[in-house]
Amino acid sequence: MSTGLIIILSVLLLAVVVVQIGRVTELAAKIRGQEEVQLETNNRNGIMMMVFLILFLVFCIWSAYSFKNWMLGYGPHISASAHGGELDGMFNTTLVFTGIVFILCHIALFWFAYKYRGQKGRIADFMPHDNKLEIIWTAIPAIVMCYLVIKGLVAWNAVMADVPDNSISSQTPIDAGVLNADGNEEYIEIEATGAQFLWYLRYPGADGKLGARDYTKITGINPLGQIWKDDKNLDDFQPTEIVLPVNKSVRVRITSRDVLHNFALPHFRVKMDAVPGMPTYFTFTPNTTTEEYRERLRDYPEYQALSDPSDPESDPLWKAFNFELACMELCGSGHFSMRKIVRIVSDDEYKDWVSQQQSYYLSSVRGTEEDPRKNELLGVEIQQRKQEFNDAVDKALSAEEAAEKIIRLKYVNFETGSANLTALSRYELDNLVTALNKYSAVTIEVAGHTDNNGAADANMLLSQNRAASVYNYLIDNGIAAERLRSAGYGQNNPVDSNDTDEGRANNRRTEFKILTQ
Amino acid sequence: MSSVTTAVPAKPYDDNLLIEEFGYEDHFHEHHHGDKYQSNFITHYIFSQDHKIIGRQFLITGMFWALIGAGMSIIFRLQLGFPEESLAWLKPLLGKWIEINAETGMGTLSPEFYYALVTMHGTIIVFFVLTAGLSGTFSNLLIPLQIGARDMASPLLNMFSYWFFFLASVVMFYSMFLSTGPFSGGWTAYPPLSVLPQASSGSGAGMTLWLVSLVLFVISVGLGGINYITTVLNLRTKGMNMWRMPLTIWAFFVTAILALLSFPVLVSGFFLLMFDRGMGTSFYLSEIFIAGEALPNVGGSAILYQHLFWFLGHPEVYIIILPAMGLVSEVLSVHCRKPIFGYKAMVYSILAIGFLSFIVWAHHMFMSGVNPFISNFFVIFTLIIAVPSAVKVFNWITTVYRGNIRFNSASLFSIGFVSMFISGGLTGIFLGNSAIDIQMHDNYFVIAHFHIVMGIAAFFGMFAGIYHWFPKMYGRFMNETLGKIHFWGTLVGAYAIFWPMHYLGLAGLPRRYYSFDQFDTFRQFAEINKFITVAAIIVFALQVLFVINFFYSIWKGRKMTTKNPWGATTLEWTTPIKTGHGNWPGKIPTVQRWAYDYGKDGREFIPQIEPLAEGESDLGH
Repeated sequence: MSTGLIIILSVLLLAVVVVQIGRVTELAAKIRGQEEVQLETNNRNGIMMMVFLILFLVFCIWSAYSFKNWMLGYGPHISASAHGGELDGMFNTTLVFTGIVFILCHIALFWFAYKYRGQKGRIADFMPHDNKLEIIWTAIPAIVMCYLVIKGLVAWNAVMADVPDNSISSQTPIDAGVLNADGNEEYIEIEATGAQFLWYLRYPGADGKLGARDYTKITGINPLGQIWKDDKNLDDFQPTEIVLPVNKSVRVRITSRDVLHNFALPHFRVKMDAVPGMPTYFTFTPNTTTEEYRERLRDYPEYQALSDPSDPESDPLWKAFNFELACMELCGSGHFSMRKIVRIVSDDEYKDWVSQQQSYYLSSVRGTEEDPRKNELLGVEIQQRKQEFNDAVDKALSAEEAAEKIIRLKYVNFETGSANLTALSRYELDNLVTALNKYSAVTIEVAGHTDNNGAADANMLLSQNRAASVYNYLIDNGIAAERLRSAGYGQNNPVDSNDTDEGRANNRRTEFKILTQ
Repeated sequence: MSSVTTAVPAKPYDDNLLIEEFGYEDHFHEHHHGDKYQSNFITHYIFSQDHKIIGRQFLITGMFWALIGAGMSIIFRLQLGFPEESLAWLKPLLGKWIEINAETGMGTLSPEFYYALVTMHGTIIVFFVLTAGLSGTFSNLLIPLQIGARDMASPLLNMFSYWFFFLASVVMFYSMFLSTGPFSGGWTAYPPLSVLPQASSGSGAGMTLWLVSLVLFVISVGLGGINYITTVLNLRTKGMNMWRMPLTIWAFFVTAILALLSFPVLVSGFFLLMFDRGMGTSFYLSEIFIAGEALPNVGGSAILYQHLFWFLGHPEVYIIILPAMGLVSEVLSVHCRKPIFGYKAMVYSILAIGFLSFIVWAHHMFMSGVNPFISNFFVIFTLIIAVPSAVKVFNWITTVYRGNIRFNSASLFSIGFVSMFISGGLTGIFLGNSAIDIQMHDNYFVIAHFHIVMGIAAFFGMFAGIYHWFPKMYGRFMNETLGKIHFWGTLVGAYAIFWPMHYLGLAGLPRRYYSFDQFDTFRQFAEINKFITVAAIIVFALQVLFVINFFYSIWKGRKMTTKNPWGATTLEWTTPIKTGHGNWPGKIPTVQRWAYDYGKDGREFIPQIEPLAEGESDLGH
């Protein structure tokens, strides 16, 4: 508080001193006469105009020189994307034209101000206008502007052009600019979604296609509102950083969950608002890997310092460097903290990375309450189980021992304490139907077993009923009754210990035995 | 180049005689004796209908806001320049917005309030200072005086114009004391952030008051604008044809037209925003999930608001800069003792800028998700604006050329204005080109650009006007020594603040960042940010000095002893030192020539009320 008081007092004191200086000079001017003082003022300020001009231009040139490593297109900060070089070039072309005008205009302005400072007895030239001059200095800027407009718009329209309609999104496309066998350019599509105050990233997975979304479906475990009924969503994955292969075209689909955000990659000259309710796009091709960029920075003294000044063991800045994604549209109090790392890697590294990514659906949603497909199998699962089943049947058919002719129906389950088949059981039973249709000579016995929980009589009845459910399912699906037999064995034939949960689970089972083939 | 005549006026210059001989008797004082407009203290100084008092009211209210708006920038600059320093000492002023760490005693500015400061800084400076304080002050003061009118066309509406501004000020000021804080979503108030209180606490009551305040403000602008246009078109004195008007009047006239055409669009945008906020409509909202809830609104477009906002927003920057241009043209010409060069080119460029300002708005939206094809048109028109702007700069420089410059605070600030306008204008050529804007949009390059070209430059124009017309307003001069300290310090200081920001922009530093610590790329510039903050504090102190000088000079300044201290040609300097209501005690002067006969025919200046000598050329005016 006391320092605050001292500051306030000294500021007040300073103000009083300055005002007194003003009063004194005014008194002096009164004594010496306004006109004489004015002439002196003219000289003094005229000279200051020149001093300012020189210092200002020196400052501009010196500061630009000391920042040369940050100039677009110079030093280590040349663009890391294919289109960026053109934008940097556009910047520098404009810099040349405006730099010339800036320097000439300032020299003229301040030099004239100095040269024509008021002097006694002189009368200014009466020169009200000169139409020829006006035409010249209207035409020249107009021509320069035309040049800049044309050059700028050519670059703009090239950069902003969307990927062609007939190009193909693919997880690991062939080289940029090269057409695939169908004559289309391939690109990777990824998605970035801004939310207060973080980015959600989404990659399309193996099918190369992003699945559909519906914002009303957003929940804690479905942050993007992905529609799980859409097969394209099932392989989409949500990584924590953007990883892209070098020299491949990428189309970023930019969306927002709440307010405006902006997807900005300053090193790649990429920027586009994220607008709720309206996806936007930016297509670019990274042409420098993170490693290459680090190597570039290595030569510059400002990148030799420690990345973490408090830790003497930390890497130098150049080695710790990463491309970054930032939000550049005010989105609320956490606007300044929406950071993601962007890594540009070689094609092989990228493929490697993709192969390690897990489908968000399978890892976080599958089988939960929110999974609308919890009562159905995914295509890939159906395939897998069918294969498994057919292999077991083939093995049993070729086996000699009677014990090996028993096949367990692993995925056939019943509701607890009842003989009602669960919804997912039909996939396995359909496999059985298919097998019976294929091997028309085969006859089987369907057998039910339980663990030893509860009364033995009840277990016997339950196992008989469960076997009958399977039997009925097969009959309903067109298998002749004479090829089938149904039996329940209760708790009499355990295959595992009844003392552990795992063992009991193994003992509760439905199986079938091949009787003839 | 100069027009040659041999005739030398027979009479020595005496404006009283000239007005008596050539003036126009409108019987004003016969109808207004007793002066019903200004009979007591309240009607004279508070609810005054006299344009000169209203002008001063706008000026002083504007200065109040300028101190608040600039003071806010100092606080957020402290956060950017010295993020490690404790701001606990600001606790008595800012209360709960300074969060004190219980263990270390370190006081930090809360991010929410940082954004409130940034938002209020922009709103206040753009609307309350550089629109009301600049155009409001000088349009009111100068239009009737310079065109030879007794007052505005409607003094009553003119008074309302100020008082609506005052109401807007009160509401905005009040919003700063809300417990949820003032609006904090940026001066552009983009939805959905500005619509949803869930998204930002400032978007609650703070935003409601912000909208109410600005609607009141637009009413003020509308009433003022109608008055300025009507007065310029209808109340010019005899002989004052359009081509004889000083450039100040041309600038105010075009400014008023711009304001009248563009502000209503802003208000319509605001009304839709209010509907979205309060009535469940979906003009700007679509598919939003926020605070754990999916909002029912679908089908709106956040970008629609941006179109409506920038349809005002871009003309607005010319509403700010045109009056400054007009003031500078006049001040430069008077103190260079030389006619403004290329008067007609200056007028045509004002008109061209005014027209073009309506078809460039979407250059603020290149990266906002509008169809990139549309941007082609906006790039073309935006860069075309550089042409009339360049013409104006060349004309100002040529006005200085072969002049006989009287250096004082007013002329210094107008030269400073030209320098700022060159520096800031040229960077606009980068940003107007959408290809470069991909990188520059919303980073510090933009901050540097618009602060120099429409912030500092407009302030310089305003300062030039205040120093120049202070004697007309208060019958005294401002202190010249303090004025020159003010000028040189501000010139150097303003460049010190904003020049380095260009480089920060090149490095990609985003604007509206509370802290740069989160990003490796952005955190490397702590030294520069420190330097900028120190420069900002010094420049702010110099503005306090200006305010001290201003109020000190009102009562203690050197007295004006002659009617026309600058040797100017325009009509305001033919009024008495103590200018009463009706401006001229007797007849209204008539105008015989254009406003810029300086150094003509061997005479230092020839006032507008002096008839052309025999054989003297009127130069087509």
